[in-house]
Amino acid sequence: MKFNKLVLLKSLVFILALIPFSFYLYQFLSARLANPVEYVTRGTGDWALRFLLITLAITPLKKITGFVQLIRLRRMLGLFAFFYVCVHLAIYCFLDVYLSSDADALQVWQYIKEDILERPFITIGFAAFLLLIPLAVTSTRNMQKRLGANWKKLHRLVYLISILGVIHFFWLVKKDLREPLIYAVILGILLLFRLKLRMPLFRWAQSNKITK
Amino acid sequence: MLIKTTKASDIKESEVCDEGVYYSRRKFIKQAAAGTGLLAASSLYLPTSLAMSDDPVAPAVANAKSSPVVKTKQNTLKFKKTQYGTKLKSTPYEYITGYNNFYELGTGKSDPARNAEYLKTEPWSITVEGQAEVTGKFNFEDILKRHSLQERIYRLRCVEAWSMVVPWVGFPLADLIKYFKPNSKAKYVEFQTLYNPKLLPGQNRRVLDWPYTEALRIDEAMNSLSFMAVGIYGKQILNQNGAPIRLVVPWKYGFKNIKSIVKIRFVEKLPRTSWWKSAPQEYGFYANVNPAVDHPRWTQKRERIIGTYRRRKTELFNGYSEEVASMYSGLDLKKNI
Repeated sequence: MKFNKLVLLKSLVFILALIPFSFYLYQFLSARLANPVEYVTRGTGDWALRFLLITLAITPLKKITGFVQLIRLRRMLGLFAFFYVCVHLAIYCFLDVYLSSDADALQVWQYIKEDILERPFITIGFAAFLLLIPLAVTSTRNMQKRLGANWKKLHRLVYLISILGVIHFFWLVKKDLREPLIYAVILGILLLFRLKLRMPLFRWAQSNKITK
Repeated sequence: MLIKTTKASDIKESEVCDEGVYYSRRKFIKQAAAGTGLLAASSLYLPTSLAMSDDPVAPAVANAKSSPVVKTKQNTLKFKKTQYGTKLKSTPYEYITGYNNFYELGTGKSDPARNAEYLKTEPWSITVEGQAEVTGKFNFEDILKRHSLQERIYRLRCVEAWSMVVPWVGFPLADLIKYFKPNSKAKYVEFQTLYNPKLLPGQNRRVLDWPYTEALRIDEAMNSLSFMAVGIYGKQILNQNGAPIRLVVPWKYGFKNIKSIVKIRFVEKLPRTSWWKSAPQEYGFYANVNPAVDHPRWTQKRERIIGTYRRRKTELFNGYSEEVASMYSGLDLKKNI
């Protein structure tokens, strides 16, 4: 692919990835939602999880379609996952806890601390956020070079992070588990793909295909 | 047990809902069903200070295609105002009718409004069974005829940590119960929602053990706050809010306020209620609003106020301690959730 085409594709994906953010910003400001804070918290959380899964889908898609350039989108998609996680967390901290109550800064910190320590779904979500930080920090090409083989090892954390993200969703839901289940199934397929890649039989089948 | 006390808020027999209102129900429900989708879709901009004289249903009904324009007077209920909740600021009608938990019509908050048309509430009857002198199947209209309607503005506190203020129209549950003359073995009153997957398509999936069942201790049921609602904002209640008749017990979490009731049973043993059965460690039988007892997965100390960006501190018994606290003296509220 020519450089220009890649830039075009990247720009397009960049703009598309900002659509959910714009949508929730607009919805929030339109002031006609019954439960605006919950709505944008849920929405940005959904998209954080979706971008994580999309990022994980890049390698399998590359293998299946043979479209090698896809890998060039992975960093940006991963960073968008981080972006939506940050927005999600910021909404929780500032809109949900701070602005929505008359608590002062100290109380707010108490509320957040209590939530993180006592609500399992928040504990696990927060853990996922913390684990994402080193991945975002080391996402640059420069860092990738500096870390060498360790970079790949470090970035395998994304599997754990995605699992934590899905559990975070499961524990939040009251009764109807269909939605988190969909995410769990997709994540399961994406993880299975990785396992399969490591299986000798699969490799053998792959090599047979190639020689044909 | 059944001592009749007359209070300032009680209303006279002469103030009952007139005949025209009953007979307009069928028409109204059709209108409402047609208008509901529109109402939900357009998210009408309504002033937050909707007064009783305002007519929030009217624009949607008038705009609904293929339905003749009906004077909104026909679905307006005749009722007496009371002192209940006059200091509370009512949540706009669009939120009360557009943000609902009614799993029989879908588990999403906007699903019940969208699926409301499936439910047909005419004819409607309520079966009364168990430890009572008067039992049998009663036509909803006949039950309604016996009661004069009143408005009570209550705050509804959902277990999901949000609340809204609803101007309900209905009658005290105690008045309904007295008619059936429960005997001394009637320790609990059990309620059941209609079970009919065609009319309530959410029942096609076993999210809960249908039919939805709720219950109160008999003294809770006879408490002056316990209310049977048939209207909201002076209009007949819409399907997504539990038409044609639903329970309102404002000191308890929302899920106790069972909707679209078809059965009332007076029983001796503690009934197994739906949410309690599904997750006993999360949803107790009492389900009294209590900021000191957190849900295992989220806090109950604060609640979001529907239609706003704000939260408020949750109050014990949702602020109705004066009326109900005495019923629970000696009961460990931390154990008996």
